This record gives sequence, C-alpha cells and structure tokens, in this order.
Amino acid sequence: MTGSAAAPSLLEVRGLRKFFPIRKGFLKRTVGEVRAVDDVDFQIQRGETLSLVGESGCGKTTTSRCILRALAPTAGEIRFRTVAGPVVDVATLSKNELRPLRREMQMIFQDPFSSLNPRKTLLDIVGEPLLVNGVGSRAERIARVAELLRLVGLRPEYMRRFPHAFSGGQRQRIGIARALALHPSLVVADEPVSALDVSVQAQILNLMLDLQAELGLTYLFVAHDLSVVKHVSDRVAVMYVGRIVELAETERLFTGPRHPYTEALLSAVPKPDPRRRAQRIVLEGEVADPAHPPAGCHFHPRCPYAVDVCRTETPRLVPIEPGHLVACHRAADLRLRGIGG
Amino acid sequence: MSRLQGLTPILEVRELRTYFFQDEGTVKAVDGASFNVHTGKTLGIVGESGCGKSVTARSILRIVERPGKIVGGSIRLRRFPGGGPANGAASPSGGPRPGGPTEEIDLTALDPTGREARRIRGGDIALVFQEPMTSFSPVHTIGNQIVETVRFHLGLDKDAARERAVGMLRLVGIPKPERRVDEYAFQLSGGLRQRAMIATALSCDPKILIADEPTTALDVTTQAQILDLLRTLQARQGMAVILITHNLGVVAEMCDEVVVMYLGRVVEEGPVDAIFHAPKHPYTQALLRSIPSIHAPVRTKLPTLSGSIPHPYHRPAGCPFHPRCPQAIRGTCDRAEPALEPVAGGADGHRVSCFLYPAP
Repeated sequence: MTGSAAAPSLLEVRGLRKFFPIRKGFLKRTVGEVRAVDDVDFQIQRGETLSLVGESGCGKTTTSRCILRALAPTAGEIRFRTVAGPVVDVATLSKNELRPLRREMQMIFQDPFSSLNPRKTLLDIVGEPLLVNGVGSRAERIARVAELLRLVGLRPEYMRRFPHAFSGGQRQRIGIARALALHPSLVVADEPVSALDVSVQAQILNLMLDLQAELGLTYLFVAHDLSVVKHVSDRVAVMYVGRIVELAETERLFTGPRHPYTEALLSAVPKPDPRRRAQRIVLEGEVADPAHPPAGCHFHPRCPYAVDVCRTETPRLVPIEPGHLVACHRAADLRLRGIGG
Repeated sequence: MSRLQGLTPILEVRELRTYFFQDEGTVKAVDGASFNVHTGKTLGIVGESGCGKSVTARSILRIVERPGKIVGGSIRLRRFPGGGPANGAASPSGGPRPGGPTEEIDLTALDPTGREARRIRGGDIALVFQEPMTSFSPVHTIGNQIVETVRFHLGLDKDAARERAVGMLRLVGIPKPERRVDEYAFQLSGGLRQRAMIATALSCDPKILIADEPTTALDVTTQAQILDLLRTLQARQGMAVILITHNLGVVAEMCDEVVVMYLGRVVEEGPVDAIFHAPKHPYTQALLRSIPSIHAPVRTKLPTLSGSIPHPYHRPAGCPFHPRCPQAIRGTCDRAEPALEPVAGGADGHRVSCFLYPAP
C-alpha cells in the first residue's frame, strides 16, 4: 500500500492554489484575496488512505473540493489516473470532459442530515447517481440499490423509506452507499464522522475500513480529529493556513513529528485517560488569517522555536527522511515530542 | 460520595425528572437523575446525544423550554455562610450571610421567571453555552451584555460595571480588553467569543459554573486554551464546575467526578479514575472501548457498540440499555430498571445501575 514508490499514483496534486477574491464597495472591487490553498503538493497511491488534517480555515476542505472540481483551482495540476488508463489533469478539464470522470471520484459528506434530500426515498437517493448516469434499467437499479444497502449494513427492505426514519449513523451509511453506487476509485470523505456520536463513529470508521479492503477504494480523508485520523490513515498531511507543513506515514508522524505545529496539535488532543494528564503545549494566539498571512513561515508568530529566518523566509516542503516531508527551517535540529507509547 | 463525605454538596440533584409533553408522545429527557456537586470540584456529565445531559443543565437553571417540564425530584442549592471560598467580594446574591446558617433552596419549587430564580441564574449559577455566537446578542456589544448582568446581580453603577466588564475580559485573556469591550460578538473569533462567554458567566462570581460542551465548536489548539483557562479560573475562584460533554478526552483531563448518562438516567457515577480504569456498567465500558484513541495502532478496527440510541418515543422497557447490551440478562434487564447502587469493593463514591452487580 505505502512505501512502494514505483506504484503509479492514483492522484497527484502539484502546486495547487485556490485564492478567493475579497470584494468591497459599490463596484465590488477586488481589494485582496484569501489564500485558502497556497501551493499544495501531494500524491495518493491506489488503495491507500491519505488524511488531510488541520484546524478550521487551514484549507483542507478547499483542497478536497478542488480535487473534485466542485471549485475551480486558481493554479496547479490535479493529475488523476482514470480507470481507462490515461492520466488527466482535472484542474483544466471542461464541464463536459469532467462528466465521465465524476463517476470515478465520489464524496462522503460531513452532515448526514443536510446531505440527504428529505423528500426522497433511499431508492431515489442511492439510485440517483445510477439514474443520472443512465446505468441499467429500473429493475437493475433496484437490484443495485439493494446490493449497496446490504454492503453498508442496512436492510434492503428499507429502500422505500425516507431519511427521517433513520438515525445519524444510518444516514451516514446511506451517504456512503450513494457514494459507492458508481464504483468510484477515489472517495473523498470530508469529516465523515464528526457529526456522529462516539458509539456510532466507531461503526462508520470500521465500515469505511471494511469497504476499502473489499472494494480496493482509495480515500482522501479530511478531518480535524487526530484520533480518528490515526485509525484510518496510511499517511497524514498536516495543513496550516493553506499549506502542507508536514506529510508522513501515520505512525511516524504521530510518534516522531518534525514540525512544531504537528507537535502542538498532537499535544492539544485531550487523552481519554485521567492518569495521562500530561503537560500540554498550549499555543498562544490564534490561527493566522489566510487573507493576511504572516510573512515567512505562517506558523512563526505562534511557534515556540521560531528564529529570525522563520520571519522572513518561507520554508519549502522537503524530505527530511524518505517519505517524511516537512516545511520547517529548524526541522533538522529540533527534537520534538510525539505521542509516545 | 464518601471521598467527599463530610463535605456538604453545594448542589444536590435528586431523582430529577424532566419530561417533554408533545402531541406524538412524552419524551422522558431526564428520568430520575441524581448526583452531587461540590465546591472547588469539577463534575463531568457525559453521554451521547439525547441522553439528557443538556436538559439536566437547563433544569438546574430553570430554563427548560416548553413543552418541557420538571415533573419530579428536587434540586437543592446551598448557600454556605461566609460566601464561597476564595471569594472576597461581597456575596452577589443573597443577603448578609457571614456567620448565618446554611441556606437551602429547592430550585424545582421556584417560579422560573420569578425574582429568586433570576437572582440565582447568573448570580449563584452561571452557564457557558456551546455556541457563543448564538448565545450573545448580535445587536449589543459584548461589554453591554456583561454590564447588564453585573448591574442586575451586583447592583453596581454604570462606570463600576463597565470597569468590571473590562476586568473580566482581561481575566479571561482577551487582548486589548478596553477596545474589545465595545465590539460585537461577530467581530470576535470563535476562541475569543468563548472567552467572552466565560467572562460574562463569571462576572458575578457564581458558586457553580455549568459549561455545556464549552469546547465542542472549537479547534483542538483553541480547545486546549479554553480548558486551561477554565482550570485556572476554577482554582482562582474556587467554584464548582459542571462540565457537560460527549468528549471523554476532555472529561479525563478536567473532571474529578463523572456521571455517565444514558437515555435520561445515570447509569454510573464515580471518581474519574474509577470510571476510566474500572468502569462497571456495560455502556461505560463500551463507550470507552469505542473512542478512537491517539495511542491506538494505525489502521485498526474499533470495538463497536451495536445498534444506535433508541428514538426518544420508543424507550425500551426495563434497563434502557438492555437492547444494545452484550451482557443483558433475559427476563431481568428487560423487565425492571436497576437502581444506582454502590459498587462492591469499588472506589469511594463509585455507583452503578446494573443487574450484573448485585447490591452489596
């Protein structure tokens, strides 16, 4: 899954940027821009799970939406390997060219309440992607919906019911069934469990792991909860104010972070054990405003290790070890604390 | 709770029942909850959505909205002579107390809109909500909202109240409080807004602070800041804190005592260490097992709790947890409701409501 650098990647993102203009006044003049995603590079191997983590406003959702072309990127390449073979640049395709590709990239949404149409039955909801793409006859669609519902752990008899009859966890299963209807190769899951109760969260995470093994899915998992991320990811990319600051295999990132922001994030997670009330690193201040990011390393105003160079020069995301990338001027000489044992 | 025995709880909730009467049926949001709150300690109330933790908080403050009603039980608030500890200021609500007898008020007997209830709300007991954006008025400045509270409860004049508002904002770590005091809630970031909310809540030196999911809407690094702030302020003011949350990590870091609720009932309570290291109730055990841990090995499946929380209209008979319980005893758990009994050989104050543990 990971490590084998020779394996062709399913998705390769290069220099992705997405800026939103800030308009003001009567003439709606552009007076500035929000650099939501600012030069992001990563790739995802087939069958792997890459997680994008970070706090609100770090650009993780914008990145995922650019990949699905729900947003048009400002710059950069999004190279996606289609089932048919050729690699296409999703960033530059036209609406018509995108349509066949939509079947291969699907999305699981955060809120299972607002992402399902309350006036449609499960058959309509889960069957809609099939209908829109003209897959099969009505009888075939019903059979496929039944199969999908079974796959996500729901009873096929429920297909005539409406979403209100289901709990949050069951609704999320419906959303997953809909995402899988067209046999996608890439599934983007944006905070798929953050709206769920803990006991249900575990069920959905397990389901996602099972489905990945069964169907060979590739996940781009967007989340803010590092404990959840640990349970599902092969590799993790940490974002801060529009940039990836660290990217590594999950275990390595958690036990041996090389970026001060990753260290602070790991330390801030409340550990569910009263005997581990350890000293936490509490970051001062707030996440920088992406409309007016600080010069140099965006993290320097909050970084306990910042030196002069951090205030002026933007660090590049470079490998510090094979497969472990970090964007920090001091990465080589800092000894940072992971979560240990 | 014998570890705290000898200490009279400042708040004593007994057999609280808050029901919502709706056309479709009655929702028993809180159905016989009992627990104690002690000065200087943090009590965590944990449970998943619909377990009644927020309604419990609202019942204590008497702000349950219609068609909800407290139909049974008692909530006793005690005002100790000499005011609370570490609290030099004149007691905000209540008359001259030093040396006097302990006053005891049953909150359930008060008129929720009456003078006494209004004095208690914000005076003795303050609340920090989950979403500060919706709990601040969008058309009044932060300062005016604190001033209003302070003038009502402490009877300060305008200038003194404003001074106090600025002081409170400074206390909770808001930079440039003299300027922020004239800003509106929407001008503050989420973290600052939550700090302002805490400032408002603490502005009248409450003896009890109820924090309902105070960090759920915040990012982890901001959450860490707010939790630190709450801890510092508690140590300083010596108040009792009731922390309502679904996040067991937050509970483990913050609480002294924990109450676990399921479908309106307390299924287990005890010292935080006992709850996390020797949980007795199958629900508590399952809940703890199913939380994703940052210490877990990568890409491992989590043990899960089967099923989901029942719909409030379809409350199971007997023990409310029995349909999801892996150890349910047929013929027992589906017939009768177990009482909350001390755990034999358990930690002080550790009590569980489960037929697997016969009362000692």
